[in-house]
Amino acid sequence: MNIKILGSGCKKCKTLTENTQSALAHLGLEADIVKVTDFAEIAAHGVMSTPALAIDEKVVSVGKVLSSSEIEKFLQ
Amino acid sequence: MEIFEWLNNQLLKMEWLFYLVRVLVEDVFGLSMATATGASVHFFIYDVIKIFILLAVLIFSVSWIQSYFPPERTRKILGTMTGFKANLTGALMGTITPFCSCSSIPLFIGFTSSGLPLGVTFSFLISSPLVDLASVILLASIFNWSTAIAYVVVGIVLAVIGGTIISRANMTAYVESFVLHNPVLDIPQAELSRKDRFDYAVAQVVDIFLRVWLYVLIGVGIGAVIHNWLPESWITMVLGQDNWWSVFVATLMGVPMYADIFGTLPIAEALVGKGVGLGTALAFMMSVTALSLPSLIMLKKVIKAPLLLLFLGIVVFGIIAIGFIFNAFAYLFI
Repeated sequence: MNIKILGSGCKKCKTLTENTQSALAHLGLEADIVKVTDFAEIAAHGVMSTPALAIDEKVVSVGKVLSSSEIEKFLQ
Repeated sequence: MEIFEWLNNQLLKMEWLFYLVRVLVEDVFGLSMATATGASVHFFIYDVIKIFILLAVLIFSVSWIQSYFPPERTRKILGTMTGFKANLTGALMGTITPFCSCSSIPLFIGFTSSGLPLGVTFSFLISSPLVDLASVILLASIFNWSTAIAYVVVGIVLAVIGGTIISRANMTAYVESFVLHNPVLDIPQAELSRKDRFDYAVAQVVDIFLRVWLYVLIGVGIGAVIHNWLPESWITMVLGQDNWWSVFVATLMGVPMYADIFGTLPIAEALVGKGVGLGTALAFMMSVTALSLPSLIMLKKVIKAPLLLLFLGIVVFGIIAIGFIFNAFAYLFI
């Protein structure tokens, strides 16, 4: 699985990354987490509000710091 | 009306705080308000506390409203309109969007890729940093309501006219090509609960506070110096009413500077107190908040020089015009 955190490197993106890691750990899954900070690349995903979360190239959430339980729902 | 005036003076102008800080300065610090030291210490403490209180309350309320208008929704609403109505709505929606210019580039790309006319996007981009609900209340607090309302009206007019000129100029060729071809994401947005909106608003307050507190301290510090230490003759020599070019100086000085409106207002307040024209002070404030080197450098990555220069020209010209208008009609407002 491939997970992308899209955002300009703000504090919210860090929190989202941490929540994603704990969601993965809780489900016992392994995934590559990539942080995308280049805004051209963020825009190429169609994202306007950050932080956004993409799982296997599919954007599942924008403009919100998801809690780890919310992320688990997307991962399952 | 007396009740309204009392509420206005206590809640908005915070007269109670003014007296409390005076007690602190005079009785605790033992400084006389008649001395420059006493008066500047008072100006600093009073203004910092006042701005921080207003900032927290205002950002909380604006963020609450904002949570109903995420960029995806704004884009959808604007997409259904054309012409003047679209520019006006773009300018109005710019007043309830995030304060940070760092979020304007992804917005610009997202709006443009979805096929919104450039002019509408620019109306939005011009009004977004210039006019927001929080700054209106702050202006009313520091100056008065008629100044605040006049400021919003001219800000929106500038955004609509600027956007309209950019529409007419057929500038699409000067947008970097990667901006034009991006997927338009349409994922279902989860309905936010009241708690979600509350959490969002609190997070915004904390986020913005952490980002601007230093600017506020610096701005109020400069304001206190202007207010009490700089001789009035020095200031009026450069920015005074008698110099027809004072608006140009104020605008051009403000362009490279970057500060939040919360940090700029105390400077404008102190300048007006020293006999600088209201229009000159507002022009300075607008050019500091609407234009800054960092945001121009960011914009340069998505648009080419001719469009950037047109945008810069329109905004600078507009601010100067507003400065002159306010100076000419200041007697109506103060």
